[in-house]
Amino acid sequence: MDQIIFFIVAAIAVASAVSFVFNKNPMYSILSLIVTMFSIAGLYILLNAQFLGIVQVIVYAGAIMVLFLYILMMLNLNKADEGKKQNALKFIGVFAGGILFIGMLGAFRGVKQNIFAADGIDHSVGLTKNLGKLLFNEYILPFELASILILAGIVGAVLIGKKDL
Amino acid sequence: MGEVNTFIQSVPLNYFVILATVLFCLGVLGVLLRKNAIIILGCVELMLNSVNLLLAAFSSYMGDGNGQILVFFIMVVAAAEVAVGLAIIAMMYRNTKSVDVSIFNKLRG
Repeated sequence: MDQIIFFIVAAIAVASAVSFVFNKNPMYSILSLIVTMFSIAGLYILLNAQFLGIVQVIVYAGAIMVLFLYILMMLNLNKADEGKKQNALKFIGVFAGGILFIGMLGAFRGVKQNIFAADGIDHSVGLTKNLGKLLFNEYILPFELASILILAGIVGAVLIGKKDL
Repeated sequence: MGEVNTFIQSVPLNYFVILATVLFCLGVLGVLLRKNAIIILGCVELMLNSVNLLLAAFSSYMGDGNGQILVFFIMVVAAAEVAVGLAIIAMMYRNTKSVDVSIFNKLRG
């Protein structure tokens, strides 16, 4: 039963990722990427990482993808006007991607199959309560630094986006 | 959530590794094939997501929360990266009226 759910969600993720990469219309591409983000959020929830699942929905599927769509609509690029790429370059791209895929699969061909979670492990590490305790005790300094990084990102985006500097 | 989730004891970890590999390679393929700068940025996001999924899977199967904290920080950095990247793309569009990366081959202002 769990495996069937996993295969359904994984199939949705891969299918929408393929649609994202190969769709000529940028608007449909980004919409497919939103579906991928949602299915990855579903996988997080299946993995008992509820906090990450919710953050994925809010940050990725919510904020980042809306930013993408906003830029796409603002620049009025929602039509398939992608220029032709040389066939040789396309072939090299597919070849390099395929080699990477085969190499990665080959790298764990010798790995032990059917690794499951151990019996005695803690099933509640991904809940917001436990992650919050970890985040605000051990990782309080990186957490505060992340806020500075976000502030720098905001300032940088405004600075770059300004017309005349 | 008192009950035990049986998911991580009935689905092998290998499936997650393969799924993350497939998603990552699709992202690489997109970066290599597409010419629209926005789509290329989206492909980078796809790659980041596949790595996040792998980290969360390993963390969850091990019963250790530190990996999920790392995923959280990767999401924070990705949000800042997308904000700056899309600002750069909007700037590119304002200067050249195009987001096709193949015309940005002259390194001049």
